[in-house]
Amino acid sequence: MNKQRKAIALISGGLDSMLAAKLILDQGVQVEGINFYTGFCVEGHTHAIRKKDVQKQKRNNALWVAEQLGIKLHIVDVVEEYKDVLIHPRHGYGAHMNPCLDCKIFMVKKAMEWIEQNGFDFIITGEVIGQRPMSQRKDTMPVVAHQSGADDRLLRPLCARNLPPTLPEREGWVEREQLLDLSGRSRKPQMALAAQYGFTDYAQPSGGCCFLTDEQYSRKLVDLWEHRSSRDYTLDDIMLLKVGRHLRPAPHFKLVVGREEGENNFLSGYRKEFTHLTVESHMGPLVLVDGELSAADLELAARIAARYSQGRSAEQVMVKVHYLDGSECELSVAPLAGHEIAEAWQV
Amino acid sequence: MSHYQLDTRRLLCPMPVIRTQDKVQQLQPGDRLTVVATDPGALNDIPAWCRINGHRVVEVSRAEGEVLVEIEVGPSQPLDP
Ligand code: SF4
Repeated sequence: MNKQRKAIALISGGLDSMLAAKLILDQGVQVEGINFYTGFCVEGHTHAIRKKDVQKQKRNNALWVAEQLGIKLHIVDVVEEYKDVLIHPRHGYGAHMNPCLDCKIFMVKKAMEWIEQNGFDFIITGEVIGQRPMSQRKDTMPVVAHQSGADDRLLRPLCARNLPPTLPEREGWVEREQLLDLSGRSRKPQMALAAQYGFTDYAQPSGGCCFLTDEQYSRKLVDLWEHRSSRDYTLDDIMLLKVGRHLRPAPHFKLVVGREEGENNFLSGYRKEFTHLTVESHMGPLVLVDGELSAADLELAARIAARYSQGRSAEQVMVKVHYLDGSECELSVAPLAGHEIAEAWQV
Repeated sequence: MSHYQLDTRRLLCPMPVIRTQDKVQQLQPGDRLTVVATDPGALNDIPAWCRINGHRVVEVSRAEGEVLVEIEVGPSQPLDP
């Protein structure tokens, strides 16, 4: 009897990787999933934060996919290692700050390490030739296989028949004829296949699998880097970029203004790390201050906080400043008018 | 059988799940682990992770902005192939 072969499937939570895993499962291979958490993943953070979304059933799509397929899922924290991928991508960035090609190489490389440690035979991904402009092109797909070190242990079931046979195909661990030959940007074949398998309610991310393909998010990240001496970042830094209104009234400081109760609750978790402002006389946002403020800056910050409070049309609003050492002071300020919030401050 | 605690307060999903997974890998079948989280997503994610990987959710509760999930470690360890 042939030995049962084992494959690890890169599971992003989207449809393509789900279908790829399903095709291989159906060939009698033992499949487990692996999901890499970089800190930028779209995985419902903001859902956990914004109040209006709390009602919506929040789920982790990678876990959901694994459960639908009936496979195990290993979630790997790669936040630290990913910094190097993002800060120094050998192959550069895509349309925004997304280093997709280096990211794919990195993930397949990590999967390769994992299969070596766990006695698995090969790796599968949901990549399709021509689906994404940077990492899924006919000329870049071999780059991923080669530079990750996976070489022909990397199988892409959705487009395998357009690529040279890989080890699992040559060895007969999987039947090449049963694999697909998709290519191009169309999503129709995947959707048809999903219908055929009875997969409904799968996640449909528009741009990519992470926030780095988002223009606004990328802008905030670049702003953060430009105003710091180094490009290093912490998980908290990149989480905060997903939350609140970000205003930079001057190069040396930025304000993060909660837009509603859920965000204020989230930001209040950072009270011990940031000087922050609260509005005392009215309902209002929590405002975190990133940077050192002079007395004049502080007054401006307080007027901005007042602007986003329910006291925006009052003559005076009472704002409290909470310093890192625990001391506090109160300022009575006139809220800024809407037009005084300069366009250029918006990060 | 021992009972362990894991504090994942302030961490956002999927970090509570990752920490739970990493902790469970060090435990023995039958051990219990109580995870405390503040991200409400943990309420869905940790039980989903348990169902997938063969662990039992003993109890789930919510109190004052915190989520508590008690798990009993299942017979096979997730990383043992
Ligand atoms: S969209 Fe993000 S997670 Fe996906 S390949 Fe690109 S950089 Fe990596």
